[in-house]
Order: sequence, then structure tokens, then C-alpha cells
Amino acid sequence: MKRRTFLAIAPAGAIAAASTAAILTSETPRATDVAFDALPDAGTGGFLNSAEARMVGAAFDRLIPADDLSIGAVEAGCVTFLDRQLAGNWGHATTRYRLGPNEPGTPEQGDQSPFTPRDRYRLGLAAMASRAHTDHGKDFADLPPQTQDRILAAMERGEHGADAKFFFAMLLQNVREGYFADPLYGGNKDMAGWKLVGFPGARYDYRLEIDRPGEDLKLAPISLMDRA
Amino acid sequence: MAAPKTRAKVDAVIVGLGWSGSLMAEELTRAGLRVVAVERGKWRDTATDVPPSVDMDELRWDRRRGMMQPQAVETVTFRNTPTQKALPVREWNCFQFGWNVGGAGTHWAGMTWRFNPWDFEVGTRVRQRYGTRETTPGLQLQDWGITYDEIEPFYDRFEKIAGTSGTAGMVGGQKRPGGNPFEGNRTAEFPTPALKDSRWMSMFRKTTAEMGYSPFTIPAGNISTAYTNPLGVRMGPCTYCGYCEMFGCGNWSKSSPQACILPALTRRDNFEVISETEVLRVNLAADGKTATGVTMIDAKGNLWEQPADIVVISAYQIDNVRLMLLSGIGTPYDYKSGMGTIGRGYAYQTISGASLFFENERFNPFIGGGALGVQIDDWNADNFDHSGLGFIGGAGIMGFSTGGRPIGMADAVPQGTPRWGSAWKRAYRDNYQNAATIFNQGTSFAHRDVFVDLDPAYKDRHGQALLRVTFDYNENDRRMAKFTMDKAAEIGRKVGAKHIETFNSAAGANTPYDQRSTHTTGGAIIGADPATSALNRFNQSWDVHNVFVMGASSFPNNGGYNPTATVGALALHSAKAIIERYVDERKPLVAA
Repeated sequence: MKRRTFLAIAPAGAIAAASTAAILTSETPRATDVAFDALPDAGTGGFLNSAEARMVGAAFDRLIPADDLSIGAVEAGCVTFLDRQLAGNWGHATTRYRLGPNEPGTPEQGDQSPFTPRDRYRLGLAAMASRAHTDHGKDFADLPPQTQDRILAAMERGEHGADAKFFFAMLLQNVREGYFADPLYGGNKDMAGWKLVGFPGARYDYRLEIDRPGEDLKLAPISLMDRA
Repeated sequence: MAAPKTRAKVDAVIVGLGWSGSLMAEELTRAGLRVVAVERGKWRDTATDVPPSVDMDELRWDRRRGMMQPQAVETVTFRNTPTQKALPVREWNCFQFGWNVGGAGTHWAGMTWRFNPWDFEVGTRVRQRYGTRETTPGLQLQDWGITYDEIEPFYDRFEKIAGTSGTAGMVGGQKRPGGNPFEGNRTAEFPTPALKDSRWMSMFRKTTAEMGYSPFTIPAGNISTAYTNPLGVRMGPCTYCGYCEMFGCGNWSKSSPQACILPALTRRDNFEVISETEVLRVNLAADGKTATGVTMIDAKGNLWEQPADIVVISAYQIDNVRLMLLSGIGTPYDYKSGMGTIGRGYAYQTISGASLFFENERFNPFIGGGALGVQIDDWNADNFDHSGLGFIGGAGIMGFSTGGRPIGMADAVPQGTPRWGSAWKRAYRDNYQNAATIFNQGTSFAHRDVFVDLDPAYKDRHGQALLRVTFDYNENDRRMAKFTMDKAAEIGRKVGAKHIETFNSAAGANTPYDQRSTHTTGGAIIGADPATSALNRFNQSWDVHNVFVMGASSFPNNGGYNPTATVGALALHSAKAIIERYVDERKPLVAA
């Protein structure tokens, strides 16, 4: 794949040397093929240990359970999705403003903690495991579904503290992402999430369909993977 | 750090290559000036960087904001009142800076509005019609120093460059059927016809017409047909794919600097772009009356100076103000004394509306466009009598179909529905085809206690102060939001929704994490009086006459519309003044 030719910033009168930065002039050849960093990064995983993965899976399967409508979160690949996200840029909070000081603020000022999503999962899962053992003498994953639901609902309502409430919101957001993001990221197996609601996926042309308002279009979903 | 190396002097350096910078560069280079544009983000094109084979990716572009500038690069600090301590906005939020050549003009939705003529003259018009009867203490209502009729030719030029799709309501003093009857007079019809209606839009249109309102199709930068613009750049028809706001468009269908300007601009020998390079400050001459150029830092940490006769600041709205403050251009605003102008006049967008839930509908919400919608302007601007209402301004009330992306819609279920488990799954499945929104995009007015300045504690990656935002809704805007929210609910009842939930961003304290609107404005505003504005009517600094500052930072108040066309028109207006007057006169274009 050809890349664009860039020139280094050059002092007045100097001859430009080859570099990755970044002057474009009328002489610069222009690319016509897809840029190398335009392709999505599916990720590799490797952050969660087996106990953590089992526990996340148990929680995810209560948030999006298998039922008569569709498969559950674990079967859809949501734990794989999460592990890949945690191992990548998102897990490391590479985009987050992380300079201190870290001081508690108002609710309007949002999360001021120094934690990355990796920190949140490691700490949040440890707290859930500890509570399950203290209150029920078992791993969270081995508790009956009704008990798991009660614990998750208590976290959601903030009864287990602010950090647990925050962690619950993160679990819910991530399981939804895994269930409804393009399958290339490891979840949404066989586009189960999209079929659940009737979303046709990564289509990009509805010029014919907009002339059929209110119709059941019966469009089979497609994934970005199908295009690769 | 090593001393900066100096590049060859140019006629103009442009800081930030989004819509404003690209329009300015196109005008100045066509007039023969030598121009260098400096852009913090990378070079990005459309078909090579966001082709349809990678663009339809909600996780990457929407949830993870793959096109936007990370907070790790720069963010703002935020507080609601001047007595609170501001803290950094650490995560993705309503300040959505571009992070590429093209700026926010690459990831914008595409709504291409002209402001109402009233928006440009709120000071005079409110005094004339209402005196002080309907206004809240502390509001800073003032004219822009330029009227709608004066800016109109530049709106027209911007629409022709962007290929905007729509139906005119007023051309040559004549009302046109199907257009917005409240819009200012236009010299010409839109360059391309209006987009088609989705199912939800046609319902909204029919119902509001039956209620006596005047619905019209929103002017769109997701264009309806193939089009060649005055620069010779060709665009293709929108495919209603529903991936616009937060996304790029690899189909040449969404107006953007890449789709409309850069193909012509980058072929000119008197233009160059330096990307992945950040301007740290504008350098001033010893007397402080003129700028000598900019100091910038490249991706490897090398410092450079770019001397120039003219400095155009055209970064993101909030970053323009920050760069002026960091450079010592003008006097910072002091909310206690009311003195100073840099940081004055900050405003936002006041949002309310109604979420509607139908039964046995089939909206096919995935068929969408960033600007695909129908609006009524009957409750916008001063299009209705405000006597006795206790507020001024209003909102455009729209029914839109911007897309039905499934992660983002997962909470589009009636309140009281569990947010997880089988009950949620069933509710989401049942409501995906039955949910619609009426969205009120409201005016926002400057207030004495709302401003931006440099934060005393928090720094960016280069050790420069972050900008501090002090904002909450004023009483005027809160009343307006409630008033128009009730109008949205009434439309919702008439259109046959089975269940209606109203929403009002201005009901409580503002947070940057309420992302119903990204339209922050002001902080370096234009005006007729240097005591109350940072810039004159040509977007020229009152204090440093070879500095011109573009963008929504120059709006003295925000209209009930998206800002982009007004941003573009002001840039074109300023460019004309630079070419026809400033390059010869080299002095303030308006006497202070």
C-alpha cells in the first residue's frame, strides 16, 4: 500500500528531509487508496484472568440474558469483546485527561478519579467477589440468578457505594457495546443484537428504501467483516 | 528546549484548518496571497480515511469518538458558578474538537442554517419591542455590528460551496411555498433540492401543518443530488446511511472542507498545510499593536516560528479564546467589573423536547442523515410575541431522522422500564421501530456571570493553562426551554404518540456531559463597541489589528440553530475585507 509522501518542516531555505511529519503542498502526491490507519483495530485481549472473565460473564448474562428472543451476552461474545477493549486504548484511557490534581467535584463536573477502565474492572470485580463471599460464601458466578440480580440491582441503585454504582454503569455500557457493535470487535455473534431489534447493520445506501416509508423492509443485516 | 527555528515569512498564517480556515485560505490564496495553514490534527481525507467499508462503525466513531481530539491533548475545566472551583472535564463531552485537517467540519452532522435576522440585532430589537419588560437582569444583549442583510451574500456563497440542500422560504422578497416563512430574504434558492422525508418526518410535517404551523425541510449538508460547486469540486448524492454526526463521509455527500474546498485549495502553489503541529501562541510586536506570526510545536517536540503579516485564528470556538488569552491579545473579561472583552459573551444552546413512543409504527430509524429532519420556526427567535412571557428568544422545533444506531438507542425505552434483563430486551425490541424525538434547539444569551478565562491550576500536555468555563443556564433561557418543551409535548399528543416523556436540559444545573448539543459559542465576540466586544464587524481584533478571529467564538448570542453556515458566512465576509481593504490599509478597519 502506498503512503502519502510528507516533508519535514524545513527552515527557510533549507532542503526538506524525509520524515513522518507533515507539510502538504501542491507538489505532494495524493493517496487514492485506503489509508493504513483507516482500518479498524479489532484488538487482541489478554487482560482478564480466568476468574475475572467468569465473573464478568455471569454478570453480563444477567444484564443481557439468553431467552426466547435471542442468545445471551456470553454466547454473543461480549466477554471477548470486553477483554479486547480492556487490552487496547480504551482500557488504558489513552484519550482521557489524566493530569492532576485529582479532587472530588460536583456531579456536574463528572468523574475526577485517576482510574482507567482497567483499574475500574480490576477493583470493581475484586469488590464484587469479596462481597459475594462475605454475604453468600460463594463466588458471584456460582450464586443463583435471582441473587446475582439482587446484587446488580443494589449496585445500580448505589447501595454498595459510589464506586460500585459507577462500575455497574460501566458493565452495562460495555455489555451493550459488545452486543450491538460490529461483530469484528468480538461480540454480536451472528449479528444477534442487530437481529433482535431489526437493525440492518453496516449498510450504507438506503436511497431506494426511503421511498418505502413504514414498510417492513426485511433487510438481512450485514457486518463490516463481510466486506473485508 | 532548543530555540525555535524560523520558517520563511508568509502573507498569512492560518491557525486551524476547519471550515473557517479552509474558506479563508481559499479566498486569500485565490487573491494571490501566500498562505500557510497550521493544523494540530493529522491529514485526513474522506474516501481514503472513512470509506463506506469502515465508516459504518458505531463503536469506533460514536462511542470511542475516533475522529475527535482527545481530552489528553487538551480539555477545559468547568464549573457552574464563579465561586466554585473548576475541575477538568476528563472524558468525552460536549466540547467536540476536530482532530484532523477539516476540523469539526469533518465530523459535523450537516445542518446548514442561516440565523434569523433578529439574532444579529437582539440588543436593538428587544429594546424596541419590549423595553426591559421581558428580560432577566444580567443578560448581555447586544447587536453584532453586522446585519442579516449585510451577511446574506456570504451565506449564499457558503451554501454554494457546500452544495446545501433545502427549500427556500423567501427569495427576492417573495414567499415560497414549502420553505421557512420566517427566514431572512435570500438572493437565491438552495443549490440542491431538499432531501426526502422519512416516515417520522412526514408525520411531523403533516401534524404541525394541521396545527397551523409552517413545517419545512431542514437545510442539509448531506446533499440530495450530484453537484459541482463554484470551486469545481464535485459531490455525490447522500445515501441516507445514518452515519453523519461523529462520523466522516467517504461518499462525497456531506459538505466538509475535504469534500468542498481542499481538493481545489491544495493544488495552489501559494498554499501549504503543516499538520500534526500545534500553535502555542501568537507573537506580538514590541508595542503590542500587531502580531508578527506564531510559535508552534511539531509532533516531535520541535519549536518553530512562522512569521506572517496576517494571523488568522480559526481553531475550535473555545480554543480561539484560549489562544488569545495565552498570547495577551486584548483584555481578559472580569465578571465583577464588567470590564475586558476576551472571554465575554460565552453561550451555549438551550435544549428541550419530547421523547415519543408509538405503537405498531415502523419508522425504520436506520434510514437517516445528520441533517435529515423537518422543523417549525414558529416558536424560534422573535417570530412570536413574547409580551408577558418573561423571556426572549425561542427554539427551532424539529422532528429528525439522524440514524438508528443500536448502542446509542438502547435507552430509548419508556421510563420505568428496567435497563437490563429480559424485560429490557423485550422493551427495546418493541420500541426500536416506535420511538421518535421532537427536539427543540433553543437560543442562548450571554450573561454577566458566564464567561471563559485561563484556569489557574490545570495545564495541557505542553504546560499551558487550560481554558476555564464558567457556565450555567440563565433564567431567561430556562423559561424559554420550559415554554418550548410544552409546545413539543403538544405536538407529540397531536401526532398520536401513545406515551410522551418531555426533557429539558435547562431544568437543572448544566454539565458538559449533557451532550444533547455541542454548540458552544462566544468568548471572542464581534460587535460595534470595543468596550463590549473583542472583534469588530470584520472579525478583526480591536486590539491587534492584523489578527482576525473566526468561528462561533465570535457570536454575541447563539441562535436557535446549528452554527456552521454562520461560521462560514462570517469567515467569507472577513476574507473579503482582508483582500479588498486590509492588505492595502494595514490598520483597524473600523475606528475604535
